[in-house]
Amino acid sequence: MKLTLKIWRQKNAKETGKIVEYPIDNVSPDMSFLEMLDVLNEGLINKGDDPVAFDHDCREGICGMCSLFINGEAHGPDRGVTTCQLHMRMFKDGDTIFIEPFRAKAFPVIKDLVVDRSSFDRIQHAGGFISVNTSGNTIDANTIPINKHDADRSFDAATCIGCGACVATCKNSSAMLFVSAKVSQFALLPQGKVEAADRVLNMVNQMDAEGFGNCTNTGACEVECPKGISLENIARMNREYLVASIK
Amino acid sequence: MSLDSKIPAGPISDKWTDYKNHINLVNPANKRNIDIIVVGTGLAGGSAAATLAELGYNVKAFCFQDSPRRAHSIAAQGGINAAKNYQGDGDSTFRLFYDTVKGGDYRAREANVHRLAEVSANIIDQCVAQGVPLAREYGGLLDNRSFGGTLVSRTFYAKGQTGQQLLLGAYSAMNRQIGRGKIKMHNRHEMLDLVIVNGKARGIIARNLVTGEIERHSAHAVVIASGGYGNVFFLSTNAMGSNATAAWKIHKKGAFFANPCYTQIHPTCIPVSGDHQSKLTLMSESLRNDGRIWVPKSLEDAKAIREGKKKPTDLSEAERDYYLERRYPSFGNLVPRDIASRAAKERCDAGFGVNKTGEAVYLDFAAAIERYGKDQARIKHLDENDMKLVKKLGTEVVANKYGNLFQMYEKIVDENPYETPMMIYPAVHYTMGGTWVDYNLMTTIPGCFSIGESNFSDHGANRLGASALMQGLADGYFVLPYTIGDYLAPDIKTGKISTDLPEFVEAENNVREQLNKFINNNGTHSVDHFHKKLGKIMWDKVGMARNAKGLTEAIDEIAALREEFYRDVKVPGTLDSFNQELEKAMRVADFLELGELFAKDALHRNESCGGHFREEYQTPEGEAQRDDENFAYVAAWEYKGKPSEAVLHKEPLVFDNVKLVQRSYK
Repeated sequence: MKLTLKIWRQKNAKETGKIVEYPIDNVSPDMSFLEMLDVLNEGLINKGDDPVAFDHDCREGICGMCSLFINGEAHGPDRGVTTCQLHMRMFKDGDTIFIEPFRAKAFPVIKDLVVDRSSFDRIQHAGGFISVNTSGNTIDANTIPINKHDADRSFDAATCIGCGACVATCKNSSAMLFVSAKVSQFALLPQGKVEAADRVLNMVNQMDAEGFGNCTNTGACEVECPKGISLENIARMNREYLVASIK
Repeated sequence: MSLDSKIPAGPISDKWTDYKNHINLVNPANKRNIDIIVVGTGLAGGSAAATLAELGYNVKAFCFQDSPRRAHSIAAQGGINAAKNYQGDGDSTFRLFYDTVKGGDYRAREANVHRLAEVSANIIDQCVAQGVPLAREYGGLLDNRSFGGTLVSRTFYAKGQTGQQLLLGAYSAMNRQIGRGKIKMHNRHEMLDLVIVNGKARGIIARNLVTGEIERHSAHAVVIASGGYGNVFFLSTNAMGSNATAAWKIHKKGAFFANPCYTQIHPTCIPVSGDHQSKLTLMSESLRNDGRIWVPKSLEDAKAIREGKKKPTDLSEAERDYYLERRYPSFGNLVPRDIASRAAKERCDAGFGVNKTGEAVYLDFAAAIERYGKDQARIKHLDENDMKLVKKLGTEVVANKYGNLFQMYEKIVDENPYETPMMIYPAVHYTMGGTWVDYNLMTTIPGCFSIGESNFSDHGANRLGASALMQGLADGYFVLPYTIGDYLAPDIKTGKISTDLPEFVEAENNVREQLNKFINNNGTHSVDHFHKKLGKIMWDKVGMARNAKGLTEAIDEIAALREEFYRDVKVPGTLDSFNQELEKAMRVADFLELGELFAKDALHRNESCGGHFREEYQTPEGEAQRDDENFAYVAAWEYKGKPSEAVLHKEPLVFDNVKLVQRSYK
């Protein structure tokens, strides 16, 4: 396949960036999107140009490091995948593809397509844990039976990979889907209920302090989430927050 | 220098308890005056950092990713072993110990493995208390599955994302300590050298990958938890950034490197599709619980399938060769990984491979779908002879167990594995070898510890499935926090270590010089060009089957490639900026040395054991032929300027509790 790539290039956080056009051919439909960018970069290096910087690591859809906004969609046109799992067979010969970073006030650009998502970590520092010591001196795991339905829903929320697609997709740059996934994981488990009120208040406060927007229920985040994290989690977080606020 | 493994005296089941009762402790008031550096934030590093901080030490943690949550432990799929015996199927600490020693083909240290088995049950308690959502049954209790090389169900899991859930558990424990200021987290940082002061590890030189700044960090002890070196093969199931730099730098500063040739080639990965390939994707071993592995019985059918003239579903049962069930009736599709991988290679080499490249076998779920479907039909009082219904019900059960893996396969290969068998082939996955450590998990450099995959200690020559997660968390949560205290007890009066010491200045200058050399090299080929070449040599000559001739050639070829790399590599960009090519150059430079030592180790070990298969040493049936008389030792290599001059030290392996026999899964 022959393609035209229009890629966001930005030298560093301070300089302004722009879209630069790159033609590329001999793209195989079996390539992953990132392998296509590898080929582009190999060519740029051989020509003496600066290769395009992009985040990636596991290349199997679980680490959450890759973060491209492709033709106006986080992780591109396919559903239920991260950018590294997106394959070129989703595109046609002759296509023009726009590639941009995940954009949000709380995700400043580091270089080209690489953004700083440490705001997500700081929200987790504020309360994304159960305050139990790691000494192993706890009760036997099977002394707390957990309803399978709750355990499964907790697991579903816990599969969030923290990539930030929800934020990049949201017109308000809201992080509600991300934060509510962690709040829900613990709120659904008996172990997490003990400090549930403090957790939701602290995490939401930190989310606001980082400059993420609010949720207006458009549901775009759920559509673009590579792991299918449900909007129900946002509803649950709102309920948890409300209850905690009036306590 | 002779190796002292410092294994405590006494019966094996009392060693660890007795050891803990007699070590030196650091009192809480003194702990806050002690700094510890932890490099890597996977299961081992993350759990260690959290626990050490909780105990009161000041922890400085480092990872090259943008968040500790992205360490490659996140990608582990299948599960974690623990001798809980919740299923009442005869499991015990001794059995887990025994299975692990046997699974490692009798090349692991008994005392370490027993300790691992002892603490395994506690890991599950800990993780559940942390809110890790492990799979449960309808009664609300934890579920188990079975994994290769064992006859009990001791594997705990969270669908196909067990590593993710356990890592997020350790990450949450870290977050609690970061929030309390006890862990200072350095994301997007890479350790580029170890600093030794008066014979003790006292700090590291790290590069801030965003600004390019070279930083000095001091501490009273340094813990390396940087994972394995599978990426020496270029193509592996490791993450793109997974590297051996931290482990290799400490090796060059005096830490012995043990058993580099023990590498696990995992049998169930998605086959290579073309030259553009950047990594290989694992399909969890748990799939072998329900999937049956086969190739066509006749060469003609295999050829027709390769040419696209026949489909796998066209072949009747009689035309299929379920070769694992045929060769190993008692373990069947659940033989350990090394055996399953070699058996796949044997069939493909003989011409029975099934994809375009001829390097793939089938993993078929049709029988499982039918079996589960019939069960469901019976339970629901429906017609179990209605094959359409049975298939629908069975597919639901299989989707519930492995849904995410099937989806991953479909996205990559563009085939529906519910309808047609998966194609799989072995790929490099895990490295059992690593920095040599004693019972305290300390390397041969005082104050420098190595935990998780980066050390060599628990898996011998082959790791059993679901044991890596167990070892990483055991080391980080339950072992290192004790052993490091014993080391640090005499250090309470040392005070802060200054980063202005000449040792720091010198180490920083060396790092800066190497980085500058790459930037100013102006060669003609990219880093990947050399990395791919190295990978090809490793896979062809140091891969699943090795022989003396190939290994000798590999050693020369790698040395020549390394020379060419330094002469001709091209690294664009600058030192003081975000520069991914420069990061890669530093990592590949280390792989180019490690690869040579790897081949040298494989050449010296004139036997076959576990993941190390020398063609010259096999039984008439083609199984690995160990030589216990001459090779029942750990090969620990000392760096002497270049890999070819590395000096071998032997730690004899003594087996008092397990009898050495020819490993059999028949």
